[in-house]
Amino acid sequence: MVNMEVNLGGLKMRSPVATASGTFGYGFEYVGAVDYAKLGAVTAKGIRLDPWPGNPMPRHAEVPGGLVNAIGLQGTGVEHFLKVTVPWYRKQAADVPLIANIWGGSVEEYAAVAARMGDAVDAIEMNVSCPNVKAGGHTFGQDPKVLHEVVSAVRAATKLPLLVKLAPNVPSIAPYVKACEDAGADGLSLINTIPAMVIDVETRRPVLANRTGGLSGRCVHPAAVKVVYDAHAVTKLPILAMGGIYEAKDAIEFFLAGATAVAVGTATFTDPGVVAAVYDGLADYCERHGFASVAQLTGALLL
Amino acid sequence: MALNEQTVVAVHEDAGPGYRFLELEAPRLADALVPGQFVHMRVPGLEPTALRRPFSVFDADAGRVTLLYKVVGRGTAALAHVRPGDGVEVLGPLGHGFPSSSKGVPLLVGGGYGVAPLHFLAKRLKDPRTILFVGGRTKDDLLALDRFAALGVEVRVATNDGSAGEKGFVTGPLDAALEGLRARGEAFELFTCGPDGLLKAVADRAVAAKMPGWISMDRHMVCGVGACYACIQKTVRGNSRCCVEGPVFRAEDLVW
Repeated sequence: MVNMEVNLGGLKMRSPVATASGTFGYGFEYVGAVDYAKLGAVTAKGIRLDPWPGNPMPRHAEVPGGLVNAIGLQGTGVEHFLKVTVPWYRKQAADVPLIANIWGGSVEEYAAVAARMGDAVDAIEMNVSCPNVKAGGHTFGQDPKVLHEVVSAVRAATKLPLLVKLAPNVPSIAPYVKACEDAGADGLSLINTIPAMVIDVETRRPVLANRTGGLSGRCVHPAAVKVVYDAHAVTKLPILAMGGIYEAKDAIEFFLAGATAVAVGTATFTDPGVVAAVYDGLADYCERHGFASVAQLTGALLL
Repeated sequence: MALNEQTVVAVHEDAGPGYRFLELEAPRLADALVPGQFVHMRVPGLEPTALRRPFSVFDADAGRVTLLYKVVGRGTAALAHVRPGDGVEVLGPLGHGFPSSSKGVPLLVGGGYGVAPLHFLAKRLKDPRTILFVGGRTKDDLLALDRFAALGVEVRVATNDGSAGEKGFVTGPLDAALEGLRARGEAFELFTCGPDGLLKAVADRAVAAKMPGWISMDRHMVCGVGACYACIQKTVRGNSRCCVEGPVFRAEDLVW
């Protein structure tokens, strides 16, 4: 039996397979279709202090091997999240740890929403890299100094394991990784979507109402592996890797490149069975290659 | 609760020019579905990463689920090639459907393949007062009328080109019927599915008459289960998800 447990910056997971924020609602929507016994954690949809309406329609465009979205972080706000969503999630998905993904329009808002979470959730993932919301998200992840400031503020506001979800579209990930490390983050989530655009040539208009969006799905996977590899080279922080996982092989690449755990995202829309297939495939791979635990796979790349 | 069912194609046949009936052996879904709910299909023949496609349900009976669709894009073009015996992965039942009974006279208003959920509804309502108003550009867009007739549903038709029924929009015969009901002081409920213009016209009439109106929206979807927030419809409660709060909305809740 392969030991499938991992420790993601203090978050103990019985499985190294999680779900990616924005692709799994608030965690309970897929009950019945996804095998929760094989999930190590669920990452909820982005939450800020107040309710947020998100972007106008259309919010998505299907592209070869992927999806471009500009949902715009529609959400109910932290009070509703704590009062209604979390209790409902605990009832439905019982023992699967819940990671709250948070964002805000200012450093103070990030800190306030993190503080408000208390210990109602099992970990916090800060979104500083959403390409679809002008004020907030993205702006905090594009300058290492600003990033350091916002991560420090959230660090001071919570004792929960703290992950920072970074944007892939930077010249080098290293200064951002260092900023997170110095500011007291417990781990990194890599990668967020890649800024993208789809144009309807017949109407000569952007397909998305937001004009641009974020690319996810199978097509981003090699780009994500590179970011994970680059980040792992400069930090000991554990990495929750995501971006185009459709089968176990995709997840194994992430582990070899330096991930401690992985998150399935866009693939679940097509096949809710991917989570279980990745879990089973990982265990099988460890058996075949003589790894007693999935944790031994982290950074096991041969160069 | 949404479950992913491995179904098998039993029958796949023409329903009119460009329209198809797809009958699936799907015992669990057939039992669980209520009219107005939808299913989310992994379309065979599309690439493995392709998003699922949502379909409304024409019938669910005796272990089988029947869909009525029009070949409109890449997904339905691929679907048109599946054959009896092929496996099809279907997630469902999904969304909020129509109510299970109608206090007033049930008036069903459909356009094109929008008649699909109305057929399932008529079958479950079993209300002898049910009338179907159906519109299309030409007589080729009038689908499954024999199936409605077999349920004992009275059918009133309008086509834009006058090739069948009254010439004009389906709101013509609908308004005539509404006027009659009003004159007799009879209550009614409106149930509709079809193009947005038709939906709004029906919703407006329900609201104006202060009678219940049940509007089934057709939207592109991503997850189908409420997880992604891509299929938004504006309502009095803000941005609602077609796949969870809908696809059937109350007329008075919709913001156009």
